[in-house]
Amino acid sequence: MIEWYTVIEIGVALLVGLFCIVNGLTGRGPNDYTLGATLFVELLLVGQFVIALIAPLSGNMPTGSLLEFWLYLGAALIIPPAAVFWGLVERTRWSTVILGAACFAIAVMLYRMTAIWFIQGT
Amino acid sequence: MPMANNGSSRAVGAGRVLIAVYAILALAAVARSGFQIATKFDTAPIAYLLSALAGVVYVLATIALLGRGTTWYRVAWGTIIFEFVGVIVVGSLSLFDAALFPADTVWSYFGRGYVFIPLVLPVLGMLWLRGHRPPRAA
Repeated sequence: MIEWYTVIEIGVALLVGLFCIVNGLTGRGPNDYTLGATLFVELLLVGQFVIALIAPLSGNMPTGSLLEFWLYLGAALIIPPAAVFWGLVERTRWSTVILGAACFAIAVMLYRMTAIWFIQGT
Repeated sequence: MPMANNGSSRAVGAGRVLIAVYAILALAAVARSGFQIATKFDTAPIAYLLSALAGVVYVLATIALLGRGTTWYRVAWGTIIFEFVGVIVVGSLSLFDAALFPADTVWSYFGRGYVFIPLVLPVLGMLWLRGHRPPRAA
């Protein structure tokens, strides 16, 4: 896990979450911006996935449980696509709020992942 | 998904957000307690079993909120009250006996590890259910 990448990712997930919730509560259905932003969060997660695959090989090992870390990452990878799918199927304002809620969940899960990687075992 | 809105489904409007958040919480609680039971069950068996139970009930609550009709409505009430009681009781116990309920279960410290969502969600759920009674069955 790379610390700065993760910090940026958490920041992006929080911003996108806020952006989508504001958009949803002001009555907008999912649009290219909110759906795209959520997919961007997913893209960063895929980056995290690649980093997590490679990092242990180059000696960057988690201090905590690698299994627990992968459980979080695996679950996190499912959430934005599920929210986007929901948004495509059901084009109401509440779907936009759900996009935001999904991004907030990702931010929390990433925070957990950093705790597992950097703090848990120390 | 073309919704045949016959007025009996609770999966409408803001209720969808509620269901989505329940689904995420269900996923989190089941995966986490599964991991805890598999790897460190001995450190706090009661807490982790309770966490697993909470996870299963969240799954059931998600399904019940999606369901239609009077039966699912009652199931939704039952599961949500169970969670509310759970988070209050376990949350209080964890303040007094931290060894019995370590910080990493879904209900410890009133769901602090889950940004207090387990505490807030049942209240929102009950308010939502109260406003969305199913029409009386014929």
